[in-house]
Amino acid sequence: MSEQTNHTEGEPRVNPVLPYLREDRMPHIWCPGCGIGTTVNCFARALTESELDLDKVSIVSGIGCTGRVAGYMNLDAFHTTHGRPVAFATGLKLANPDLKVVVYSGDGDLMAIGGNHFIHACRRNIDMTIVCVNNFLYGMTGGQASSTTPDPATTTTAPYGAFEHTFNLPFLADSCGAVYVARWTTYHVRQITKAMKEALAKKGLSFIEIISPCPTLYQRRNKLGDGLQAMEYYRDNSVVKSGADTREVEIKYQGEIICGKFVDRERATWLDCYNTRNAAAIGARYRPYPWRENGEGGVK
Amino acid sequence: MSEALAKKRKIQKYLGNVEVKIEHCKGCGFCVEFCPTGALELSKSFNKKGYHPPMLVDQNYCNGCDLCGLYCPDFAIFGFRVGPNPNFKKDEKAK
Ligand SMILES: Cc1ncc(C[n+]2csc(CCOP(=O)(O)OP(=O)(O)O)c2C)c(N)n1
Ligand code: SF4
Ligand code: SF4
Ligand code: SF4
Ligand SMILES: [Mg+2]
Repeated sequence: MSEQTNHTEGEPRVNPVLPYLREDRMPHIWCPGCGIGTTVNCFARALTESELDLDKVSIVSGIGCTGRVAGYMNLDAFHTTHGRPVAFATGLKLANPDLKVVVYSGDGDLMAIGGNHFIHACRRNIDMTIVCVNNFLYGMTGGQASSTTPDPATTTTAPYGAFEHTFNLPFLADSCGAVYVARWTTYHVRQITKAMKEALAKKGLSFIEIISPCPTLYQRRNKLGDGLQAMEYYRDNSVVKSGADTREVEIKYQGEIICGKFVDRERATWLDCYNTRNAAAIGARYRPYPWRENGEGGVK
Repeated sequence: MSEALAKKRKIQKYLGNVEVKIEHCKGCGFCVEFCPTGALELSKSFNKKGYHPPMLVDQNYCNGCDLCGLYCPDFAIFGFRVGPNPNFKKDEKAK
């Protein structure tokens, strides 16, 4: 290894996250104390523990600091246009239902410009996992207010403080039909790992919100300290309430952060519904999608 | 902060170690603060970008749990287990 490490005795060891990264792209662009990298560690461990065939796992991101995750992961990855990862991932999943599709993006990308795709993917119950790293603003473009910026946090586009009503993301996902909904903060690394593992195993739309520090824009502009102080804040102000009614988990500025698994239920996926309807309408001639090379599926 | 860290320190039954990619560290302190046994501190020296990378205070405190690795947003540190700690004495448990 050409990189300078403190490695001393014994055989060289490998960081368990390394096989999941495109090492040639490291070091990454994220700021000191940014929480996005921490979530990537959890995702890597969840993939290891899930024992998935990595050739069948795809990761899709939109644009933003969190959107960089797709480009840094050593998986089949697609970095889509801003707001469109869920739309792209829907097509990917339906074209190849054998894939495990994960959307990994920011609050602005998924819930502001991409909000329409998100609600419809939940409604249709597309079989995919959506991870939203919520840092309460648009990080990449300089810290503009997003649909999750709480009143009265200041941002570059809300110099007197944000005042709009915010999205309560677990409630949004729940009410639109997602079958698995959880929220954690970047302090909860073990819980995020477990949630990601459960989400990967869940059939249907699973959604995980991860509250994450943006020390460069959100924390600094609001005089909330650095990334470490944000992490300590999460540690001291998170309340774990698994099974909580999602209507009651709204996040207020510097208030308590309710974490946990809120929803875990069964509901037919889009593809199940598609096959059920066609089978009912067409009858015995209909072979359910996906149509395989061995002749299964399709209309005879 | 350092007092709270010192309180967590005790000689571990199993010995671990950490490997630090010094030039990738951005000195955020997550690993130091959230190591369950307070085994790390930021070193006085700088890397090329001007950050203080972490180092073990004393290997006896590290059990190789790799929580530092799970926290590090820069993939710059990870912990691993080496084996039973010869310096561990049974009565340490009581502490
Ligand atoms: C169509 C379009 N509009 C606007 C932009 C500019 N833009 C890039 S990233 C971004 C917001 C990203 O915010 P978020 O998804 O929260 O990601 P973060 O950087 O906070 O992780 C915006 C508005 C763009 N790239 N494309
Ligand atoms: S701007 Fe904010 S979200 Fe983007 S890398 Fe920096 S700290 Fe992270
Ligand atoms: S491996 Fe565990 S005990 Fe050792 S430094 Fe890392 S977090 Fe601390
Ligand atoms: S968590 Fe990583 S980047 Fe932060 S101080 Fe420790 S080694 Fe450096
Ligand atoms: Mg954001």
